[in-house]
Amino acid sequence: MHQIQAHDTVIVSPSTSSEQAANAAKAGRAIVVTSGKGGVGKTTTTANLGTALARRGARVALIDADIGLRNLDILLGLESRVQHHLLDVLEERASLDDALVADKHTEGLFLLAAAQAREKDDVETAKMQALVASLRERFDYVLIDSPAGIELGFRNAVAGATEAIVVCTPEVAAVRDVDRVVGLLGNRFRPQLIINRLRPQLVRKGKMLSVDDVNGILRLPLLGVIADEPEIIVTTNRGEPLALRAQNATGAAYHAIAARIAGEDVAPPVPPESKASILERIGSIFGGHRR
Amino acid sequence: MIEFLRRLFGQQGSSATAKERLRLVLMTDHLELAPEMIETMKRDLVELISRYVEVDRDRIEVNFERQDRTLAMLANIPILSVNRPNGNGAVTHDEPTPQPEPAPALSAVPSDSKPPVRKRKRRRKSQRARTELPSTA
Repeated sequence: MHQIQAHDTVIVSPSTSSEQAANAAKAGRAIVVTSGKGGVGKTTTTANLGTALARRGARVALIDADIGLRNLDILLGLESRVQHHLLDVLEERASLDDALVADKHTEGLFLLAAAQAREKDDVETAKMQALVASLRERFDYVLIDSPAGIELGFRNAVAGATEAIVVCTPEVAAVRDVDRVVGLLGNRFRPQLIINRLRPQLVRKGKMLSVDDVNGILRLPLLGVIADEPEIIVTTNRGEPLALRAQNATGAAYHAIAARIAGEDVAPPVPPESKASILERIGSIFGGHRR
Repeated sequence: MIEFLRRLFGQQGSSATAKERLRLVLMTDHLELAPEMIETMKRDLVELISRYVEVDRDRIEVNFERQDRTLAMLANIPILSVNRPNGNGAVTHDEPTPQPEPAPALSAVPSDSKPPVRKRKRRRKSQRARTELPSTA
């Protein structure tokens, strides 16, 4: 079994109520966003939560730890601004200030991009820990977008983190992988769950695992539920995270998650609703629905 | 007509299938992740059975097998002799504490003992796909 080396040199302060009061003495929180399985929406989640947290007034650094498959810059629309990447910093070819790219939509949000032409094994775990530790001195939140898998890339992404968010879609394979990842993380990172890409209509028809099905098995603190939202594709095309649009229900869901992360007492997450179509209502008369 | 409408609108509920598969696959995963737990369970099991019969500890096999909707534990425990309560048979275990030890006394099989009896728990089907648990994850 893999042993994850966490590096808790600085004691994490419990979530601060007012992030605006950036206290230099207090280390920020380093949260790894991970899942095991690929394609469940880790990067989308990272981009949106980073945006939502920064829009609350926090200073947020995003690290794309998916070395070799740089994506986070695309989702934020920052691909043309990346000059230096994570490995440039770790290997001291660039300073942290040179490598951090300021977001163009949200103040206080910065990106440290992944190296595209390198491999995950090129990262030294100790250096990654040191980098995250130094970012925590300057930012309220450091969100680390983990690569898929549970190999070295994952372990490096986790190395400097103090907390974990696991992203899971309502599928057998995704839940299984999250279960495995949570086992690897242990209690140390206090993993919290985001259920992503839920389709309420399918859940109602008994064709998709529900929030209760998923978390009845995983039994993790539920941070939020994000619907499978067609607008996500549009926002990804444009490089503008959906969290920029708080009037969109999914955008608002990201803001609610950000508030929960910040320790604000917001209502517990509820599965997104969808209205039953006329056909479905007729169908339910005939008692065909099984949940 | 009603049947037709039911088929038109009614759902098979594939999420129930997904849930069931997930439950089983995680149970298997967790077993594979816990070889120490299985070893302990094996020892306890042998300890318990040894109160009644003398078993061949070196040849015990414990496997887990997925059957349609359940995970079955299959224990293959060769019995060397039966401990008779009246003292006729060899009562080898009189320690009250279930101390799992590799008991060398059991390897000395009396020559007139019965041939090993294979005892199976929960055997159901003729075809069996053995799942060997890896010793290390």
